Amino acid sequence: MATRLQFENSCEVGVFSKLTNAYCLVAIGGSENFYSIFEDELAGAIPVVKTSIGGTRIIGRLCAGNKNGLLLPHTTTDQELQHLRNSLPDQVVVQRIDERLSALGNCISCNDHVALTHPDLDKETEEMIADVLGVEVFRQTVAGNILVGSYCAFSNRGGLVHPHTSIEDLDELSTLLQVPLVAGTVNRGSEVIAAGMTVNDWTAFCGSDTTATELSVIESVFKLREAQPTDIVQDMRKSLIDSYL
Amino acid sequence: MAEEAGVFMVPQTVGSVLCCKCGVRMAPNAANMCVRCLRSEVDITEGLQKHVIILHCPECNCYLQPPRTWIKAELESKELLTFCIKRLKNLNKVRLVHAEFIWTEPHSKRIKVKLSVQKEVLHGAILEQSYVVEYVQQEQMCDSCSRIQANPDQWVAAVQLRQHVSHRRTFFYLEQLILKHDAAVHAIKIKQMDHGIDFFFGNRSHAVKFVEFVGKVAPIRSRHDKQLVSHDSKSNNYNYKYTFSVELSPVCREDLICLPPRVAVSLGNLGPLVICTKVTNSIALLDPFTLRHCFLDADQYWRSSFKPLLTSRQLIEYIVLDVEIISPEVNIGGSRYALADVQVARVSDFGKNDTIFSVKSYLGHLLSPGDYALGYDLYGANTNDIDFDSYRGLVVPEAILIKKSYEEKRQKKRGKPRSWKLKNLNMEVEESRNRVEDEKKNTEYEEFLRDLEENPEMRFNISLYRNRDYQPSEIASTVDGDFPSIPIEELLADLDLSENEDEDDMHD
Repeated sequence: MATRLQFENSCEVGVFSKLTNAYCLVAIGGSENFYSIFEDELAGAIPVVKTSIGGTRIIGRLCAGNKNGLLLPHTTTDQELQHLRNSLPDQVVVQRIDERLSALGNCISCNDHVALTHPDLDKETEEMIADVLGVEVFRQTVAGNILVGSYCAFSNRGGLVHPHTSIEDLDELSTLLQVPLVAGTVNRGSEVIAAGMTVNDWTAFCGSDTTATELSVIESVFKLREAQPTDIVQDMRKSLIDSYL
Repeated sequence: MAEEAGVFMVPQTVGSVLCCKCGVRMAPNAANMCVRCLRSEVDITEGLQKHVIILHCPECNCYLQPPRTWIKAELESKELLTFCIKRLKNLNKVRLVHAEFIWTEPHSKRIKVKLSVQKEVLHGAILEQSYVVEYVQQEQMCDSCSRIQANPDQWVAAVQLRQHVSHRRTFFYLEQLILKHDAAVHAIKIKQMDHGIDFFFGNRSHAVKFVEFVGKVAPIRSRHDKQLVSHDSKSNNYNYKYTFSVELSPVCREDLICLPPRVAVSLGNLGPLVICTKVTNSIALLDPFTLRHCFLDADQYWRSSFKPLLTSRQLIEYIVLDVEIISPEVNIGGSRYALADVQVARVSDFGKNDTIFSVKSYLGHLLSPGDYALGYDLYGANTNDIDFDSYRGLVVPEAILIKKSYEEKRQKKRGKPRSWKLKNLNMEVEESRNRVEDEKKNTEYEEFLRDLEENPEMRFNISLYRNRDYQPSEIASTVDGDFPSIPIEELLADLDLSENEDEDDMHD
């Protein structure tokens, strides 16, 4: 189910939050509204963590992660690092990496199996990504843009890319990512997909300017209509219960 | 280009996305909305004028462009479209792509123009939109029409053309010249006066232009004056009436002149008796005995303004008895002359007495015994000229022949219409007092027409029109042996709209 919300009157939800299948990071806003909508949707299933990165609120664009791990830029302070290590589940590996392109959220777009990265990323960073996140890494561009993390958003079930992507590019990306892709817009015609929305396997959050058409496209490509959180979390809970016992 | 460098480029086909508002499938654009949704979102014609009032003068069909210019334009014409677009404010914010008229009833006083404009909206997409502007036409008389309405005879500048001679030949010729060059199109009124013509204009510059035109075709001297009509002390506007007094030189073609001694000397001792052969803006003088010719500028003439000794009124007919050519034919200033000794007798003397004159003439190439010639009778003339009297010991010939006469042949053609005709200026003529003056005018006009027939160079500057009423008859064609007549090629055919003949000539 896709939800529409705003962060302090800005529709760029993907800038101020990061949603994965195992956790959700939220920026610290003036009021609790932003946080409480996430809580409302996700409370039972995954932890919702309030944080800042490097003292900033644009956490969605600075970090990249999936259910296996979370990568943070070198600007992250030690306290933030510790806070995140404490709040997130143990199987999520939190790693701070040294990378010249520090806006990792703009440079890396990933789901639980595959990641697309900025073509100019360092070799060591690429290895780190493969290691920490447990994914296969591909250097790509989306519709001629090198900031793949901004112009596409995908989960394990589908993905949405920049509207000017040609059909050949779409086919190529779809083959790489092994998920169905569609070119579309978010927030009333905005092309910066990942900044305008954030998505995981069963839910999505979009800016409040998103039109009904865009919302229906998002729901159909990410297959959000039939998805129930309980199905996925069941697998996790089994393992949790096992460890207690 | 990368393709030329041999790099393999994947052909890119543009995909389609859903319009973010209405969900219709479309090619992606900068705003990612289909055109209809974009149009409903954004109205680029906001803030542009849709309703304008324009002022129109019903008399002269002009539209007012403030503050003062009146532009003449027909309905649905290019000028009107340009004018309408100029009257729109704020049109520089958008780019105008196309404009056209939408038909409205001519007397509905509404003009509708459809404009297509382009503007950049939302993230660089350019949107094109058309809209209709309605112009309401309000009637208001323009300044010139209202002035004419208030006082139709109101003139601002007048040109008074005068020539102090007893005939009107020059004015007939001038009339034709003015018609040909349209010099008097701006004249409000033309009035025929004693010894001249008055032209009235609405604008001083028109009058100045007319005076300059006359100065180019005739030797004139002029002066100008102005008279204060009204004065607005607040805005310091002065309204004047300007008058130009133009005097034409009294010397005409074929006049016999006795040059004053100083002029004769300054022209290189040209024999004091000369004949004027051509008058344009300079006077051409020919010495009939030595066949020397010279030109006098208008300024030069007016410095020593001499009058002719004998004018063409005083030409009498001579009959040629014998011709003996002295020198071969020469070509001077475009005309041919041949000096010859001729024996002539006055037609009035012929048969009655034996008065015969032996004179030198330059018409040797034209005359043969039995011909008639026109010339000045110096033997019997009584002249009253200071310059003439001032010469002592001047040998004066008894007769000077000027031109060959075609009178005999004309007798046969009398009463038959010519194959050509001339147009006339519409002058106001005063009612003539007596019949004698009328007849005099008619004979002068007749002589003028004959002059035109005989002189091709005079016809050069004049437009002749074919006379539709003329039917060439069998008899006339056989008689026209060496009778000078105007070849048909020189005639301009009138325009076909025969009912508008007069209008075509005087259209402005």
